[in-house]
Amino acid sequence: MTEADKSSSAFTGTQAAGGGNLEAGIQRRRRQRAQRERIGAFVYPAGMLVALLALWEAATYLFSIPAYLVPAPSAILRSMDTNSAVLIKESVGTTFEILLGFALSVAVGIPLALAIYLWRPFARAVYPVLVSSQAVPKVAVAPLFLVWFGFGLLPKVLIAFLIAFFPVVINTAMGLASLEREKIYLAQSMGFGPVATFFKIQLPNAMPSIFAGLKISITFAVVGAVVGEFVGGQGGLGYLLLIANGNMDTALLFAGIVALTVLGVVLFLLIGLVERLVLPPHAVERTSFGSETM
Amino acid sequence: MTTAGDDDQAYLRIENLSKVYATRDGEVRALNDISFVQGRGEFISHVGPSGCGKSTLLMIAAGLLPPSSGAVQVRGRTVDRPRTDIGIVFQSPVLLEWRSALGNIMLQAEARNMNRKEAAARGRELLSTVGLAGFEDRFPHELSGGMRQRVSICRALIHHPDHLLMDEPFGALDALTRDQLVLDLQALVTERRMTVLFITHSIAEAVFLSDRVVVMTPRPGCIDRIIDIKLPRPRTLAMRETPEFAEYSRQILDLFLARGVLREH
Ligand SMILES: Nc1ncnc2c1ncn2[C@@H]1O[C@H](COP(=O)(O)OP(=O)(O)OP(=O)(O)O)[C@@H](O)[C@H]1O
Ligand SMILES: [Mg+2]
Repeated sequence: MTEADKSSSAFTGTQAAGGGNLEAGIQRRRRQRAQRERIGAFVYPAGMLVALLALWEAATYLFSIPAYLVPAPSAILRSMDTNSAVLIKESVGTTFEILLGFALSVAVGIPLALAIYLWRPFARAVYPVLVSSQAVPKVAVAPLFLVWFGFGLLPKVLIAFLIAFFPVVINTAMGLASLEREKIYLAQSMGFGPVATFFKIQLPNAMPSIFAGLKISITFAVVGAVVGEFVGGQGGLGYLLLIANGNMDTALLFAGIVALTVLGVVLFLLIGLVERLVLPPHAVERTSFGSETM
Repeated sequence: MTTAGDDDQAYLRIENLSKVYATRDGEVRALNDISFVQGRGEFISHVGPSGCGKSTLLMIAAGLLPPSSGAVQVRGRTVDRPRTDIGIVFQSPVLLEWRSALGNIMLQAEARNMNRKEAAARGRELLSTVGLAGFEDRFPHELSGGMRQRVSICRALIHHPDHLLMDEPFGALDALTRDQLVLDLQALVTERRMTVLFITHSIAEAVFLSDRVVVMTPRPGCIDRIIDIKLPRPRTLAMRETPEFAEYSRQILDLFLARGVLREH
């Protein structure tokens, strides 16, 4: 016993002494590389964007493209500036619809996925219906919602929900089902009951997949809310787009599109932020590629 | 059932055990009529060609898979549900990716409501015994295959199980670390008087560690022969060079040669 112990500590001792310095250096270089990577992830797309805008600006002057067709970026900026109050006000309304639709997607989607995963007959009954329901064009359903629910907030939230809940269900169900059998065996041999197994092993195992679903869902919710506003809006960015279009105010139209894009990206990044806070580094590393390729 | 005197000796009793897997293209017989008895404190190794059903046997002994026929008894009681009195090392490490090395070991402690502080201290101690001091907070994806397997060994030991079931625990390790861990395992098992069911591909490892080596035939796995290893304990690395040791290895090798598992051209 003691002999084995001594040789063991000697063994590990030499390893640690030899490895310490080298390891620190590698760690430092790794951190530097990660930082360069982070800066690069920002600089490259930003540079690309600036170049594109410059090209666009130059083209509108060079070929004297009429402003009602394609306004120059500078004209769009000016329009954003003069209409900033309206843009912000309508953005708030749309954001409200998006977030409600998204929240509903999560509140319905995750329990639905749980039921699908836990209850086989339910899965067999619901899953095919769910999948084929995705073939129904949501834009076509929108007028129906108008008839049923009027022009208020509700139809927009429901359309956003209808589009956004599907990825939540699918990703959650997939994440739950992706558990390796050995992990369940492990839990059983440790004496975990079904509830503890679910919360300690199954749910954390599904988390990265659930977050991937949430990221898709939030971008879908943006589309849903705008579609709702197109069809029966009395406000919101979608409605603003319609009005601008009717007035041939293409600069304002573009300004609205920019606002929508910024809104979508910000909401997406917010989910990413929550993911970073909730998940340990390994999982975020795995999915950060996804967010960069967004 | 069995007499009381017999039960004192028999810790694990496997009787006429067979396992047939139903697959898409018919049935696969993985184990065929396996019977043996493991006494308390006994170290039994299983060696056999790949696919002969060693992992299957271990899973059935752990109560994680049901046998197709036959029975497993532990201390006279038939196993019909997952056993929780064991420490098990699966053939793959089976670590939770979202927990650190120490966190993975602590899962066992959490499941058994052990005192967290004491368990964490013991977890660190175990990690340093297997050469992973300083890696407590690393996540599985930052560890090598061999390191992960060592973490899973620690997880199987932290709760001082009576019965240790290990499926090729040292498979992914270099020869040096392997030797060290074999020595450490021997010391630990002797100290704690643990009963161990051990699966390995290494004949030398089996002979070195075991009281008895169960040699299995190719699939469907039957017991070819059970060889008593009567080398004195504690065993030392130098013993591997003795003629007695070589004789035991030769016996096992001859069985493999006779079964066509191994061919000398
Ligand atoms: N879940 C399963 N379904 C169907 N067949 C299986 C299953 N698990 C194992 N088998 C079959 O049973 C046989 C024994 O498998 P097992 O994993 O027990 O072998 P093993 O002796 O542990 O092999 P190795 O040394 O390579 O780990 C194999 O032929 C395998 O194909
Ligand atoms: Mg195996």
